[in-house]
Amino acid sequence: MSLAQQSGENRMALTGNEAVAYAMKQVNPDVVAAYPITPQTEIVQIFSSYVADGEVDTVFERVESEHSAMSAVVGAAAAGARSMTATSANGLALMWEILYIAASNRLPIVMPVVNRALSGPINIHCDHSDSMGARDSGWIQLYSENAQEAYDNTIQAIRIAEHADVELPVMVCQDGFIISHALDNLYGLDDETIRAFIGTRIPRYSLLDVENPATFGPLDLQDWYFEHKRQQAEGMKNALDVIPAVAKEFAELTGREYGFFEEYRADDADVVMVVLGSTAGTAKDVVDAMRADGHKGGILKLRVFRPLPAAQLVRALQGKKVAAIMDRAESFAASGGPVYKEIRSAIFDCEQAPMTSNYIYGLGGRDIRPEHIREVFNQNLSAAETGHIDTPVRYLGVRE
Amino acid sequence: MAVNIRELSKKHIPFTGGHRLCAGCGASIAVRQMLAAADDPVVAGVATGCLEVATTIYPYTSWETPLIHNAFENVAATISGAEAAYRALRAQGKVEKEIKFMAFGGDGGTYDIGLQSLSGAMERGHNMVYVCYDNGAYMNTGIQRSSATPMGADTSTSPAGKKIPGKPGHRKNLTAIVAAHNIPYVAQSTPAHWRDLVLKTKKALTVEGPAFINVLATCPRGWRIPDDATISTLRLATDTCFWPLFEVEDGEYSINYRPREKKPIEEWMKPQGRFRHLFREENKHLLEEIQEEVDRNWNHLRRLARDEVE
Repeated sequence: MSLAQQSGENRMALTGNEAVAYAMKQVNPDVVAAYPITPQTEIVQIFSSYVADGEVDTVFERVESEHSAMSAVVGAAAAGARSMTATSANGLALMWEILYIAASNRLPIVMPVVNRALSGPINIHCDHSDSMGARDSGWIQLYSENAQEAYDNTIQAIRIAEHADVELPVMVCQDGFIISHALDNLYGLDDETIRAFIGTRIPRYSLLDVENPATFGPLDLQDWYFEHKRQQAEGMKNALDVIPAVAKEFAELTGREYGFFEEYRADDADVVMVVLGSTAGTAKDVVDAMRADGHKGGILKLRVFRPLPAAQLVRALQGKKVAAIMDRAESFAASGGPVYKEIRSAIFDCEQAPMTSNYIYGLGGRDIRPEHIREVFNQNLSAAETGHIDTPVRYLGVRE
Repeated sequence: MAVNIRELSKKHIPFTGGHRLCAGCGASIAVRQMLAAADDPVVAGVATGCLEVATTIYPYTSWETPLIHNAFENVAATISGAEAAYRALRAQGKVEKEIKFMAFGGDGGTYDIGLQSLSGAMERGHNMVYVCYDNGAYMNTGIQRSSATPMGADTSTSPAGKKIPGKPGHRKNLTAIVAAHNIPYVAQSTPAHWRDLVLKTKKALTVEGPAFINVLATCPRGWRIPDDATISTLRLATDTCFWPLFEVEDGEYSINYRPREKKPIEEWMKPQGRFRHLFREENKHLLEEIQEEVDRNWNHLRRLARDEVE
């Protein structure tokens, strides 16, 4: 009997969108302001039904754009409300300006992001160009491999965001369509357990505290701006302590353990593939098959991209021969994708740093198949033998 | 509803002096009058602009009432979120007080970049008052034209040049656009008409649902008028019917001020340096065109208010 069953968790068959909408229902936020966009739309629709049926206490604002969605949750969160929204792709891009303002105001907004390629050309399918573009906006970013992780990350995100040492907004990312629209088996906690786990939000300042009026978002010039950005950076650093602490408590409830990343058969691996999101599932299968043939491949599935757990990545990757780093986003740097740059930089100073290679894959929902993963491992296993990587940045599964 | 200046003068207005708005700025006078009109605590929002940058320079603030500044184009959405939070937390018994919500934006943040956010908030029906202080250009950043800039005005992005004599085209009628949202209360006023502005603010704060007040506010720098000409210039704006005082209550228009003698628009324009070039011989036809537009708008308003139009 698993801990999930012992703790009375319900087994459910839900898509990623349904799982996240259900998590939002259980969180029962004070305010949700959202605008529909493919592939996030179902979250807004399902949540609308919860509101229409009186299953949540949430004041739900169907705003006229994502810009207003993010603006309204900034206003709501500043007024002390636990506030959520959700979006994808161009919607996230339209929020861009206010993402930074939400973070700099230290507002603990939680936002499911259903990853979709950012226009143009317009495309509704999965890649990570939307959230990767927002990686420096000051939001914590959690990535999910499947519906279970999207659900679990959403619940944990509330605690992480509102922690007094953090007070930063969190994006909970899941792959558009691949996770958001695929039916999956997962366990869910009951409402009471979730509400006890997340508690109620106790804001440090609130617009509604009219006896103690505060000015939010003042003009901050040469004199203080830098200090405030420095404090914000400290909040992000503190998240490196808070994220594992919240995960530990969550594991006590569910038996499901979450680290900054998950290592799969990586202990003795020569080649470790670093990967985010649903592709990790495919890659694990490939690794199992390769192991049966005696090839030592392993996976490091990154869950937390912001803050980047650099020290932990060093410990996990040092001594490996090659780290094959997968990017589902192009950053047009002509020198590799964002995950590659960050990981490569993090491990640069470690003793026995592995060689690194970068694969940009799956843009605009291009299928990533086991044979693609195997191709990556084969190339890097050869490199591990020769000690040399010919082409550090490659495009995978594209006509060239 | 009555307004008594003796009582108003005794009221603590939660907006202090010492801010860095220019002498003669219409915005600060309007804000003080409107905050004085509120009997309940006000949570205020302010769009990026003169009012924000001059009153909230960290670590100082002129606001003795809760205030949020988010960005340029989203004060309506931001205050709508705060008002949503208030409804949520009040329903849960976490907030007991009666609180009012007011959003302040300049014409740039309202007519132009914030129009969508304003329209959305008005349509959703939040219990909030949106105040546009319309000084007819992006004054904070150096007098660039907006869609509220009067025709012919010399601004830094519609300069009176050798070929083009200032801003081409007439202003957008924002008050009518907001009235088309069929919200309970829409009005126009100016801080030179303090009784009118205070009364309208009281009405706006009293109605259930969204209210909008468009307040003409001088900018001595942008209009190129002396610091002490604020009140006289605003009075001329109503006496020429460039800026009629009116209100729309549940769709019903009423005109609150009819000048005994409607003055020619030139009398409002002449003291303002931004229109100086229009008084040159070659631009005389523009003055005529501007007068025609004022007359057309005034007559249209009178028809809406079921006034007799001569």
